[in-house]
Amino acid sequence: MTATLEKDLVGLEFLSAEQIRLILDTAEPFKEVSERQIKKVPALRGKTIVNLFFEASTRTRISFEFAEKRLSADTVNVAASGSSVSKGETLVDTAKNLEAMRIDMVVMRHGASGAAQFLGNRIRSNVINAGDGKHEHPTQGLLDMLTIRDKVGRIEGVKVCLVGDIMHSRVARSNLWGLTKLGAEVAVCGPRSLLPRGIEQLGVRAFGRVEEAIEWADVLNVLRLQLERMEKGFIPSLREYYRVFGVTTERLERAPKPLTIMHPGPMNRGVEIDSRVADGPHSVILDQVTNGVAVRMAVLYLLAGGRPELADAAKGGGSE
Amino acid sequence: MTRPLLLRGGRVIDPRRDFDQTADVLVVDGKIAEVGPGLTGPDGADVRDVRGLVVAPGLVDVHVHLREPGNEDEETIATGARAAVAGGFTAVCAMPNTDPVTDNQAAVGFIVRQSVRAGLARVYPIGAVSVGQQGEQLAEFGEMVGAGAVAVSDDGKPVVSGHLMRTALEYARTFEIPVADHCEEPTLAAGGAMHEGLVSTRLGLKGIPAAAEEIMVARDLLLADLTGGHVHLCHMSTRGSVELIRSAKARGVRASAEVTPHHLVLTHAACEGYDTHAKMNPPLREPADVAALREGLKDGTIDCIASDHAPHAYDEKDAAFDDAPFGIVGLETAFAVAHTELVLGKVLTLPELVRRMSTVPAVLFRLPGGTLAAGAVADVCVLDITNPWVVRSAEFQSKSRNTPFADRELVGRAVLTVVAGRVVHEREGRPTR
Repeated sequence: MTATLEKDLVGLEFLSAEQIRLILDTAEPFKEVSERQIKKVPALRGKTIVNLFFEASTRTRISFEFAEKRLSADTVNVAASGSSVSKGETLVDTAKNLEAMRIDMVVMRHGASGAAQFLGNRIRSNVINAGDGKHEHPTQGLLDMLTIRDKVGRIEGVKVCLVGDIMHSRVARSNLWGLTKLGAEVAVCGPRSLLPRGIEQLGVRAFGRVEEAIEWADVLNVLRLQLERMEKGFIPSLREYYRVFGVTTERLERAPKPLTIMHPGPMNRGVEIDSRVADGPHSVILDQVTNGVAVRMAVLYLLAGGRPELADAAKGGGSE
Repeated sequence: MTRPLLLRGGRVIDPRRDFDQTADVLVVDGKIAEVGPGLTGPDGADVRDVRGLVVAPGLVDVHVHLREPGNEDEETIATGARAAVAGGFTAVCAMPNTDPVTDNQAAVGFIVRQSVRAGLARVYPIGAVSVGQQGEQLAEFGEMVGAGAVAVSDDGKPVVSGHLMRTALEYARTFEIPVADHCEEPTLAAGGAMHEGLVSTRLGLKGIPAAAEEIMVARDLLLADLTGGHVHLCHMSTRGSVELIRSAKARGVRASAEVTPHHLVLTHAACEGYDTHAKMNPPLREPADVAALREGLKDGTIDCIASDHAPHAYDEKDAAFDDAPFGIVGLETAFAVAHTELVLGKVLTLPELVRRMSTVPAVLFRLPGGTLAAGAVADVCVLDITNPWVVRSAEFQSKSRNTPFADRELVGRAVLTVVAGRVVHEREGRPTR
């Protein structure tokens, strides 16, 4: 295995297929750590990590925090409210201050697209993008891919359709880049008012009707629909959205084969997804959450300079 | 009175008279006295050897932001006027989106006084269309024109109300001034940071569709037709706008249009990597738009080049793309960018470029200059069009550094700028090659 990662993980657009496989393969041995009685290995002992969340997040922040703690890193959480950020500090100043404190890694979520790259270009520490605006959410893309690989046994040739608000979704973009690089067939489906311009030119097909997507796909990754989209006039109502685009058992029953159902969370039950689908036998939504910790452990480990072939040994103890 | 000035042996270009030949230019008492071969100046004349250089009427920029009053940390009328003459401009028109807004005769008079005090380029104020640029009540055009305004505009913002635009075009006719509009349908452009297209989709940035500009261009052309007023369309950026203007002009609508050097040269690809120096409004568009703008400039559909010089403090641009302000500085690179890309790129001849950067804008805004005819004001630039130079933003005369052309090698530069017969800019160490 010759692939290595760059200093930062900003997005899957910038990774090669080899680099993506490296992360997914490195995540495999880390899955087991979370199944242990004592969920801790010393791989990142002595490393300091800041979790810098300019936007609210529960799942992603906790997932990163567990990944860090299970690798024995020292972590600090900074949320936007109550920090210097809410007092008008610029992103540049935040970056300079982190640099001055000699942090090893920064995990950042920010509302502006490009914020992770902006930070990464200005500090020596590793930067991991935990979601930047409408741009990318690379660890979500990776955990989605790991889950597909677990469930289907491969990624190449699998037909994955992202359903919902593609325009405003960083999850959609990371999935799109990662999956196409590993040879999956990717489609998007949603109201045309929520599909971004030129999306087909990125090598994906676009469905305007969810029935067509269900007929075509092996896997549906159903995206959260935010209430704000109705308020901003992209769709008339959540009620109608469910009627026209909702992933329901009735629609899935008409599919030629059972579909694997994914959702990056948090779910709006009864809006983009029917509860019976989310809780049904083909849902891997909670596997995604479990895989999230392993993928993030792999990313942290690799960016800290850990050697992939030693990942197995690293979780044993002695070797760091 | 300043000393007489004799520019000897340059290639003299005066598009107004279709003049392009080697000649001497004699300036006396702030006016062009004579243009011809073998001139001898009066005793005591300042005689300059400009062989190998181009002598042209001083460049005229009908669209700059000089930030005074209100944001003197970014630019002042004096530093903006210094940047202008360094770029070969002898006259610039200052947009009224200052703080407070230049929407009354006292504010217009302040700009005139500051420019006289600076004593560099002529700075002509543009007054606001509406009080406070709020888009509601018409500003006092008559008093502003009396104080020195040469046009009205709410630039920085569109004139959203169709009724207000109509009234402005009608009312402006009394004073024979253009109404310059920043064409942007605000509900389509809201929250947008760059051109809506493949690059914005990839970068996850909200796009501004071409239609946001074209809807307002179409409206303004219809209102100009309705009222007989002169509408001047600022910084055109889309192929659709070019088409709309072309067909309106064919119908005889009183419209003029400008384009910036950057919209003629760069595309939305410049935003890759979230480079905030490629963030401007209107945004950089697609290669087909650039091609149409060049074609429009060539055939006169687009009348002139204007820089939309928009200084911003360095730390404002050092931000996430969404958070950075729109705009770039342009006075010190406009001619070089246009010459390198359009003249050396065989889109325009040099006399055609001078026409679009001097003669035509002077005519459109009824300004002195734009010609080297005997008796005209002696606003002159001497241009080196052979020696390449590298853009060093740290060396700008402007207070701001926000340019997407930093470190580019360009050909074309003002080595001498003369306003009213007085040398106001001279580049030292000019190569003699």
